[in-house]
Amino acid sequence: MSTEVQTSVRPGAQAAAPVLKLEQSKPQGYWADAFRRLTRNRMAVLGLIIIFFLILCAIFANQLAPRSYDKQVLTDNNKVPSWLPALFPSVKPVGTEGGYAKLSDTYPFGADSLGRDILSRLIYGTRVSLSVAFVGPLTSLLIGFLMGSIAGFYGGRVDNLIMRFVDLMYAFPSILLVILMMAYFRSSFNQSAPGTLAFALNQIDASFGGLFFIFVALGITSWEQMARLTRGQVLSAREREYVLAARAVGMGNRGILFRHILPNIIGPLIVAETLTIPTYISFEAFLSFIGLGVNPPTPSWGSMISDGAQALRSYPNQAIFPALALALAMFAFNFLGDGLRDALDPRMRGVS
Amino acid sequence: MGAFIIRRFLWMLLVLFGVSVVTFVLMHGVPGGPFDGEKKLPPEILANINKKYNLNDPLVIQYLTYMGNIVVPRIYQGELTASQTSDYLIDIPLNENTHFQWMNFGPSYKSKSRSVNDIFRDQLPVSAQLGIVALLLALCIGIPLGMVAALRRNSRFDYLSMSVAILGVSVPSIVLGPILVWQFGVNKSFGIQLPVTGWGTPAHFIMPAFALGFASSALFARLTRASLLEVLNEDYIRTARAKGLSERTVLNVHALKNALIPVVTVIGPLFAALVTGTFVVEKIFGIPGMGKYFIDSIGNRDYPVIMGTTLLYASLLVIANLFVDLAYAWLDPRIRYS
Repeated sequence: MSTEVQTSVRPGAQAAAPVLKLEQSKPQGYWADAFRRLTRNRMAVLGLIIIFFLILCAIFANQLAPRSYDKQVLTDNNKVPSWLPALFPSVKPVGTEGGYAKLSDTYPFGADSLGRDILSRLIYGTRVSLSVAFVGPLTSLLIGFLMGSIAGFYGGRVDNLIMRFVDLMYAFPSILLVILMMAYFRSSFNQSAPGTLAFALNQIDASFGGLFFIFVALGITSWEQMARLTRGQVLSAREREYVLAARAVGMGNRGILFRHILPNIIGPLIVAETLTIPTYISFEAFLSFIGLGVNPPTPSWGSMISDGAQALRSYPNQAIFPALALALAMFAFNFLGDGLRDALDPRMRGVS
Repeated sequence: MGAFIIRRFLWMLLVLFGVSVVTFVLMHGVPGGPFDGEKKLPPEILANINKKYNLNDPLVIQYLTYMGNIVVPRIYQGELTASQTSDYLIDIPLNENTHFQWMNFGPSYKSKSRSVNDIFRDQLPVSAQLGIVALLLALCIGIPLGMVAALRRNSRFDYLSMSVAILGVSVPSIVLGPILVWQFGVNKSFGIQLPVTGWGTPAHFIMPAFALGFASSALFARLTRASLLEVLNEDYIRTARAKGLSERTVLNVHALKNALIPVVTVIGPLFAALVTGTFVVEKIFGIPGMGKYFIDSIGNRDYPVIMGTTLLYASLLVIANLFVDLAYAWLDPRIRYS
């Protein structure tokens, strides 16, 4: 809605009556309004564009990457593109005083210690990070929402029981458990006999490219917060009039929960989840860094940084480029998350 | 309040007990033992090793022996050899021939010369120093920054600091570590040369602590700003101002404590993040801390080291949570634990 007031300012002339032009905008729904607010936020749109670009990299990795991610050309190891010494003055090419770096322009970002192309590995690495970014919130939402909504809706002893369990899990150092469990999954399921549960899970894991256990680990560490949030939301939504009306018409509990309460509380839940996506990405990178992430040779930015850290002083490009890629992805999701929060909950706008 | 602390303490012990049991079971559930190397050991040597470390006993006995060594103190009469003095973590000589000993975390299967107690004695102070400095850095940078940004809302300082904060939240220690090493260790930007690896001088602290604490300080800044802005809109602040109190008094006496509650909530999980962050930072900066031992021991199936480090980290986490809850009660008098 905008108003324009026009007055003529010629002295002595008859003052024209101010002309008010009203631009009436159609009242739109909650989601349309939120979408409009989101698209007006420049940082959020930038984040969306970056995420879109990353998604394209992940889907079209086979076409975009110049080489396969696991092709090792050992004679080409640690090669460095010619523009690198300009950016990293400490990397001295062969031929200069104290030089050691072999130059090669066939590798756009250089090669790692096993002769694999870094750019290709970066592109394939988007697959891992993005799958984690999208599936992580889903698992956490699934478990957390179920627990929280059951606890909040039914109340009483069920609520008590579930919340005690959530408190227990909250106090438990789940990070440690995840690390131990990843070590457990990684080793035991490699040597399991066909027909057992272990073998079946191993097959699922292999079909996911080694990511299944990471998803499980993510779900385990993050559902408690979602459960608490959902419970709070459900508790307040339960007392609303529309729930009373639905009961009066004879709707059952499950119907009320999924058709009335869920659509109304999903806003804050989405916001909370999107804001935690960067932590999922960072957690996966951390697991890969310590060697408990995806199995090599599947590239993950975390494992690339871990490998590159060995050669940080002589070939910094091997660690810096994956680090920048990771930072880029986290930026994008942070901006998007902030934009979503401002769009879906305008009261909080400006309160960062 | 005293009853609350006692109850929480018992709850902590319960959690630690649960952690120890689950870790123990998981450890022994993983196929592959500590002595399955590339070379298969001859069976007599294997039998000897199993006897020495009691690996043939039923699991329950092994668990109880292990926990007994840690939990139950003992008084030792007689002379102690040099190697025996390091067997227990806490060794207090009462007089010439008696020692009060407590907490023996056992030997390390991988390292013949060092026991877990030695590892704790040498590496734990390093990791602890790093973690504490990083946390202090995060608190001392983040909270004041957030406060000033809230007080000067929508100013240039506000936008600048919040942009830096978003940057910080998006850059975990995995990312920041290599970048810092590249800039200040190798490239010598701005003429600053900081030591890249090793430990010892205060200069060695700077980059690792910054890499570890920067993300946390950004989080604190954003959180403090948001929370202070919300508190300043409350009615009781308006009342305080209407009473004629100076802005400083309003801030210090009324606003600050309430604004810090969400910040304190975050410190608990943040402690966990710092603790795990040290794994990364120690590897990147070559710091002789405990992270390497924890990760390596899992791969090596070094049972006592795994149990020891897991228990250590778990205790730190629960103690941090306890302090967070106590801080709640101090910050907000309405929160009273009956």
